[in-house]
Amino acid sequence: MVEFILRRVLQAILVLFVMTVLVFFGVHVIGNPIDLFVSSECTKACVDAIMANLGLDRPVWEQYLIFLGNLMAGDLGNSFTFGVPAMSLIWERFPATLELATAALVIALVLGLPLSIHAGLYPDSPVSRAIMALSMLGFSVPIFWIGIILILTFSVRLGWFPAIGRGETVDVLGVPVSFLTLDGLHHLALPAITLSLIMLSTVIRLTRAGLREVLTSDYIRFARANGVRETRVIGWHAMKNILIPIVTVLGMEFGSVIAFAVVTESIFSWPGVGKMLIDAISVLDRPLILAYLIFVVTMFVVLNLIVDILYSVLDPRVGRSAR
Amino acid sequence: MTAPTLGAALCRFVAVPSAAIAALVFAAMVAAALAAPWIAPQDPYDLRSVSILDNLLPPGEVAFDGTPYILGTDGQGRDMLSAMLYGLRISLLVGLASGVIALAVGTLVGLVAAFRGGWVDALLMRIVDLQLSLPTILVALILLVILGRGIENIIFALVVVQWAWFARTVRGVALVENARDYVDAARGLRLPPLRILFRHILPNCLPVLLVVATIQMAQAISLEATLSFLGLGLPPTRPSLGLLIANGFDYLQSGRWRISVLPGVVLLVLIVSVNVLGDRLRETLNPHLRG
Amino acid sequence: MTKLGMALAAVLALAAPLPALAQNVLTIGVRSEAATLDPHWTQLSADLQVQEHIFEHLVDLDSSSQPVPGLAVSWQPINDTTWEFKLREGVTWHDGEAFNADDVIYSFDRLKAGIEGATASPAFQLAKGGKSWVNIDDYTVHITTTGPYPTMAEDLAMIPMVAEHVVPGKTPSMDFNSGAAAIGTGPFMYQEFSPGNRIVVTRNPNGWGGDPGWDEVVFRPAGDDSARLAALLNGDVDMIDYPPTVDLPALRENADFVVSTISSDRLIYMMPGYRHMEPYITANDGSPMMNPLRDWRVRKALSLAINREAIRDRIMGGASLPARNIVPPGFFGHVDDLVADAYDPDAAKALLTEAGYGDGFRMTIHGSNDRYINDARILEAVAQFWTQIGVTTEVDAMPRAVFFSDLIRGGADGFPGFDSPKFSMALTGWGTVAGEATYTVSGILETCNAATGGGNGNFGRYSNPSIDSRSVLAKQTIDRDARLALLQEATRMAMEDYALIPIHFQVNSWAMRAGLEHRPRTNERTLAVEVSRTN
Repeated sequence: MVEFILRRVLQAILVLFVMTVLVFFGVHVIGNPIDLFVSSECTKACVDAIMANLGLDRPVWEQYLIFLGNLMAGDLGNSFTFGVPAMSLIWERFPATLELATAALVIALVLGLPLSIHAGLYPDSPVSRAIMALSMLGFSVPIFWIGIILILTFSVRLGWFPAIGRGETVDVLGVPVSFLTLDGLHHLALPAITLSLIMLSTVIRLTRAGLREVLTSDYIRFARANGVRETRVIGWHAMKNILIPIVTVLGMEFGSVIAFAVVTESIFSWPGVGKMLIDAISVLDRPLILAYLIFVVTMFVVLNLIVDILYSVLDPRVGRSAR
Repeated sequence: MTAPTLGAALCRFVAVPSAAIAALVFAAMVAAALAAPWIAPQDPYDLRSVSILDNLLPPGEVAFDGTPYILGTDGQGRDMLSAMLYGLRISLLVGLASGVIALAVGTLVGLVAAFRGGWVDALLMRIVDLQLSLPTILVALILLVILGRGIENIIFALVVVQWAWFARTVRGVALVENARDYVDAARGLRLPPLRILFRHILPNCLPVLLVVATIQMAQAISLEATLSFLGLGLPPTRPSLGLLIANGFDYLQSGRWRISVLPGVVLLVLIVSVNVLGDRLRETLNPHLRG
Repeated sequence: MTKLGMALAAVLALAAPLPALAQNVLTIGVRSEAATLDPHWTQLSADLQVQEHIFEHLVDLDSSSQPVPGLAVSWQPINDTTWEFKLREGVTWHDGEAFNADDVIYSFDRLKAGIEGATASPAFQLAKGGKSWVNIDDYTVHITTTGPYPTMAEDLAMIPMVAEHVVPGKTPSMDFNSGAAAIGTGPFMYQEFSPGNRIVVTRNPNGWGGDPGWDEVVFRPAGDDSARLAALLNGDVDMIDYPPTVDLPALRENADFVVSTISSDRLIYMMPGYRHMEPYITANDGSPMMNPLRDWRVRKALSLAINREAIRDRIMGGASLPARNIVPPGFFGHVDDLVADAYDPDAAKALLTEAGYGDGFRMTIHGSNDRYINDARILEAVAQFWTQIGVTTEVDAMPRAVFFSDLIRGGADGFPGFDSPKFSMALTGWGTVAGEATYTVSGILETCNAATGGGNGNFGRYSNPSIDSRSVLAKQTIDRDARLALLQEATRMAMEDYALIPIHFQVNSWAMRAGLEHRPRTNERTLAVEVSRTN
């Protein structure tokens, strides 16, 4: 077990290393950020002085070694745009992204479970057909498109929701959250609904398929034959069996929801890490791009590691076969 | 659980009206995209025939050279109908090309992994796991930032984010098939390994590959549109459906919503039809899930 | 789903707080967020427009970027190389301390010492001309240069004043963002800085400029054009910068909203390449050819082929000023009798034929797609116009992150071989921030020379000795009339030679709810003191 975890951690570090090499040299090939920052009156001498100040005048491999050295010391450098440590910016904005993704997850479950249970129980009813058609639509619509349509409809036409930004926040354990204030919820609604669409469709399709399969199984028939009430058959016996795969898939989907927040945040000007990444890319803020990627990849690697460890604890065969 | 033959599957496949309609719609769109250079009223890539003086015209107006703009023009003076036909062509090209290349690469990797086993299998599957653990949009986005715009680059990025699905699927099926009696028998007959691979194992992987391919294609088309929206996709003079939608955003509030909504509807119909096909394929080819 | 969703929507909609208009708050939706409050860190417009509510300069710029008294009440040269600045008396910092010459010296020294990690510091404005400074008394500062230096006031309009007493010694950049060092003399005071979400400043009751008119100003970033406009339409914000140009006509006609516009200091132009062979120009059959752009008749033909009115009306929503000048009207150096070329495709074709290119040639033109207003769309239109006179033109528009490095040096730093401009014809822009043409003539018309700093924006590598001599002389001529004559001569020569092909001066627009009035400024900044209520 310990060996398994150790090997996975080593693999993770290797992955991170390879990624930093690719991205570091990649963003250096694109262009020179200083050309975007300085005033047009700044002469070549002036540009050279700024580059020297930032260490950008050294050969790129030397810059990479310096970057690696600093990384070991936990320093990812200062953002070119903000002038503060890149990691501090990420910690500052990650709560907003996490809040948006969590809200999307909650919406997906609260709406998705009842709908999919209905569709699973009465597969041939018109309502079920409508639900499945809608889930197909939700699965297919690009979310940037839905986002702008929601803004036009609910924000401009009907005036129900604000179009941009995050609402009032309160601190919970030192982390600013906005879902506890009315203004915060009000601002959260549209972006969260937009982001929830992909997951909503996944929940509906998975739960319905799972339910259909479980309902034909022997133990459900047995329970029914023994006169167990229908609500208990569905609510307890059936759900127990399909929730585990759903939760597993959602756990993995959650990561891609955080990634897709890049799009949602850009449209709704949500002050999270995703929008920051897009802004950082547009001005080639190299330290910030690298810090975001290292942060996100580390997050995914850790999440996957936890899932793997849990599996290997639950099912000893997994640990062995990975060997 | 033996996979049904393709012919029988096809019959069952079109028995469901939604699938038949989706198949028709998809075929019509492919045909329209292929025929775009001949059926489009205007060549939107030829700047001689596009005039900024004709921009934002409502449907039915007539161009400076006499051809009617059936669906009006966009902000640059392109005929909307022609722009959408050519855009559909690009979206389909991106979806199909990336899908086919990813399928080839993934199948190769999956077969090699399943057939070789041992450390080769372990290494390849670790790479696959890794690839699948990173969110597709993020990988594609960073790749495009590094590679720059252009249709080859976007296809490459989409191949990178797709191949692992095929590899994992093929390996799974191939492992099952590899252990079957008929493969053992073939080995007993000393048939060459490559022949076993391509004559016996690969055909059995095809149904499930087809399912994965449709799902991936729908996702690739949608992803390309999203990347174009973020400004990382294709050059502005050769817009895909996604870029046409994004370009039209500016006009949504000034009452000219058709510039963005029309390509949006085409994109949606395209993706939905591919997804419906994929769904139906899975139900037909995988009796386990049918119902 | 719909029932629950509707119920939720209705509840939230009812509970929505009313827009905070009653408390005399101005909320501005801005395209780009400010990233830092350290005024010595940056020269980016997005940062400066927020900072200028808090910090001030010795010299202010009026709405057409001409120097007017700021924290200095007067300035004059006392000999060929020394300028004397008299400071405003009775000005206090936001914390009540008095402003005096020590603060000026401290600000200069801090900037000169260099700001750790700064990417866009105005330090070079201070270094230009070899300036050194000394305080004569509490309200007099002398600045000495190595030679005659006419544009002193314009330079100092770029150097913000920070307080010496706030953080003794070297003030770190971070202290400005936290508010600790964000103590200025401006009409507003620091309240909240959370970049990406909101930046808030409040009224300074003791400002020397009087009541700024608003108790509180909130800046909210909204990068997506449609979303920013939506935020204005539904009342989230009172005012936005850069409304999408396609919506300008509709906004102008809508009685609920007001649009303000002003010609900006930014010239948008096509910059031809002057090398003997250009990589993106070929004969019609694709074979290499000698660069046709070196013939002025070809450049003139290309200029005549551009329909600038069509670009203004069809792409810019009516908001652009067709140009044949390098600085806009009202700026020092503008030549009044140079008017934009009229669209004349027939004359253009005739000129091409006369120059020996009657059959045209092929060219790829480059530009950014996220830097200037509608840049990629202007580029596409120009390609249409040029293709229509026989010069088959392809367009490659790219993100600014790629474009500018390629434009300037052909690629990124840190790799060998990137030392010459890449493009053969590029759409680019030049902002005359100082309101004065000296550095525009020097920057884009003078021969490129790294040693003198001349032509540092001349990426086409145009070279004309008659312009060079006038530009160099203008940089040393303190007499305004003589300098004006030199700048205007240089401009006229360049325009008659078609050194570059001007398209238009960008016209900046703002949109706001009815009941507000905005006096816009040419340098693209949105300042709350220039917004007032009309009812």
